Amino acid sequence: MELLLDSLFNGVAIGSVLLVAALGLAIVFGLMGVINLAHGELMMLGAYTTYVTQLIFKLPILKPFYNSYIIVSIFLAFIVSGVVGILLEKTIIRKLYGSPLETLLATWGVSLILQQFVRSVPLAYGAGLVISLLIGLFLPTTFPSKIKESINFKYFKFSSWIFAALTGVLTGSIISSSVSKLSRASARNVDVTAPSWMRGQVEIIGTAFPKTRLMIIVITLISVIAITLFLNQSAWGMRIRAVTQNRQMSDCLGISTEKVDIITFGIGSGLAGVAGVAVSLLGSVGPNVGGNYIVGCFMVVVLGGVGNLLGTVLASFGIGIMTDLIGAGRLLSIWPDMPLPLSNTINFFATTSMARVMIFALIVIFLQFKPTGLFPQKGRMVEN
Amino acid sequence: MRISRRILAGLATASLAVTATSCGGGGTSGSFDDTVTVGILHSLSGTMAISESTLVDTEKMAIEEINAAGGVKVGGKSYKIEYIVEDGASDWPTFAEKSKKLIDQDGVPVVFGGWTSASRKAMLPVYESKDAFLYYPIQYEAQECSNNIFYTGATPNQQSEPATDFMYKRSPAAGGDFFLVGSDYVFPRTSNTITKAQVKQLGGKVVGEDYLPLGNTEVAPIISKIKKALPDGGIIINTLNGDQNVAFFKQIQDAGITPSSGYYVMNYSIAEEEISTIGPEFLEGHYGAWNYMMSIDTPASKKFAASFKKRWGADRVVADPQESAYNMVYLWKQAVEDAGTFDDNAVREALVGQKFDAPQGPVEVMPNHHLSQTVRIGEINAEGGFTILEETGVVLPQAWNQKHPSSKGFACDWTDPSKGEKYKL
Repeated sequence: MELLLDSLFNGVAIGSVLLVAALGLAIVFGLMGVINLAHGELMMLGAYTTYVTQLIFKLPILKPFYNSYIIVSIFLAFIVSGVVGILLEKTIIRKLYGSPLETLLATWGVSLILQQFVRSVPLAYGAGLVISLLIGLFLPTTFPSKIKESINFKYFKFSSWIFAALTGVLTGSIISSSVSKLSRASARNVDVTAPSWMRGQVEIIGTAFPKTRLMIIVITLISVIAITLFLNQSAWGMRIRAVTQNRQMSDCLGISTEKVDIITFGIGSGLAGVAGVAVSLLGSVGPNVGGNYIVGCFMVVVLGGVGNLLGTVLASFGIGIMTDLIGAGRLLSIWPDMPLPLSNTINFFATTSMARVMIFALIVIFLQFKPTGLFPQKGRMVEN
Repeated sequence: MRISRRILAGLATASLAVTATSCGGGGTSGSFDDTVTVGILHSLSGTMAISESTLVDTEKMAIEEINAAGGVKVGGKSYKIEYIVEDGASDWPTFAEKSKKLIDQDGVPVVFGGWTSASRKAMLPVYESKDAFLYYPIQYEAQECSNNIFYTGATPNQQSEPATDFMYKRSPAAGGDFFLVGSDYVFPRTSNTITKAQVKQLGGKVVGEDYLPLGNTEVAPIISKIKKALPDGGIIINTLNGDQNVAFFKQIQDAGITPSSGYYVMNYSIAEEEISTIGPEFLEGHYGAWNYMMSIDTPASKKFAASFKKRWGADRVVADPQESAYNMVYLWKQAVEDAGTFDDNAVREALVGQKFDAPQGPVEVMPNHHLSQTVRIGEINAEGGFTILEETGVVLPQAWNQKHPSSKGFACDWTDPSKGEKYKL
């Protein structure tokens, strides 16, 4: 029983990291069909946001709230990655809809740019830049419609960008002067330390579980529930689903597909940021942190069936449980006296590297039989 | 047209300004008779840049020190050392390409460079085919002995073997079982083969072994294996690389694998630099083995650390790879002065037998192009340094490991033409 619980927990823990990382991609790749190779770097931005938030919460004014910085950083990471994602959509991806190869190359280029960006720009000014983007992109949308429709709207837009730039520079310099660690650019990996209430273990039915892992599972659960509710219950969710199923028809019926694209991509990117927070709790935060997850993310989405969240959920937990089952040689402890050739085979695959090989092989075999994944999307117009 | 002329004028002014400043700098170099240009080849971009840039800093510092002390004296003339820094970009073929450039185009007599074994393996054929000379400063898996490479880092018998011995005989977990964790590439696998043979000789038991693919930070399966294999604590030998250590130590601490519950980790890739990145709170009570530790309490060590901090900033630390890099520049200078020429072959001959009073203590170049060094075992403390527990005498390097099944009974000697790269003892 204890063994089973332990194994299940490990599988769910590994799976939830995969899931939270793949969730944003499932939306961007699954619903919009955009192959976003910069997804990992959007995760990285989320991880860096956690680091910056942690340092800001060490300032004397915010010190009393230090323990809650991780909660705040989840929201901030969503906003930061979301804003960068929206910018990406507006400037690059929009021009490349329908040409997957070009999108792939362009987003790969973006991923390199983002990696070098965090290496060579001081994080304080990086934060300032994100703030100016945020203001510049959203301030004009808050103007009353009278101004929006006026012929001089472009001047309003222009002046709000100036205001945004000034605010960005100002916040950048405030942060850089108050937190010295953020004022210099560094290629060095940084570290996020979980607040004390999140370290150590909790004991449930005689088995000890690491708290950070539980936290990641909670973050994942909340993200999945929130996104499911959003897609299925809200008006925008309905529009997104409509555009996914039939873009031309939705356009005809008066849905602004352009807006839907921005929102979908923004949410997908924002979820990547949330994944970044989760990932920062496990390891160090560096320019390459996202790249390590991108292959796993695509694997999950393809296995789950493109365009289906339930498939993504099941695929990531499936891969998680299989990783633990094979990688830790669990079968041997469940059935200790199995015949020698079998136990030797299991032992051979019971290392992290070989388990990975085995899982890739299993996925390839599975996709031979079900090329569209666990839950393929049904419908006549899907192919187009 | 007018614009381009203006730009040209600007460029001319700028270049004049540069010449002027370099003339100003030349005022001090007036005491030199000539200059010699050496090559420095490390990654300044990409994943390895964090580690390798510290070596560039150290090598620059050593060169500046030598210049300040009058430069290299060859044949009655004094030479100022100048350097060309090339970026290997964490990409192994680039290391080979840039080596060719340094040797052929810049004509440097020596290249100081490399960090990963993969980069060294990529450069080796270049130096052998051109009969040029590479100085390589990192502790590595050995099982290699080139006439064209000079290795100043530790071989396994100068790091992992004394460390395993310490863990099995004198650590708090003495007599316990071993679990080996490493990144999945050549150094951890070779090092662990040696460790397994040694543990067997000592009468101990290796109960598990696992390798994490490079870049992977999911250590949950490894943790459950450790807990299964070592339910009541034991010895963990860690050869994980770089950032993977952060994930490993964060997660094992959360899973209750700590010194206070009887688990002691011996690390071969964690020096002062890495401790500050990972955070001492995760590493306190675990161990490390190196030739040089910043906490060595000798005037030479203190002077090395102090001048590095003075040159590059008070928050910087020095660690074993940097000390190796520092030593190799000085050893090259001594060998050149003894040989009386910059010619590779003469320098190579003069190099064997060179002694240097290094920050770690005396070192000497052996006929197998490796260094005799002192090995230290340290416990990681809360301040982010090592508390030195043990110090061996001077240990001779084994290019071919005597515990590894494939190289047992072999040695390397470049001073005797009949012996060479690999001969039977």
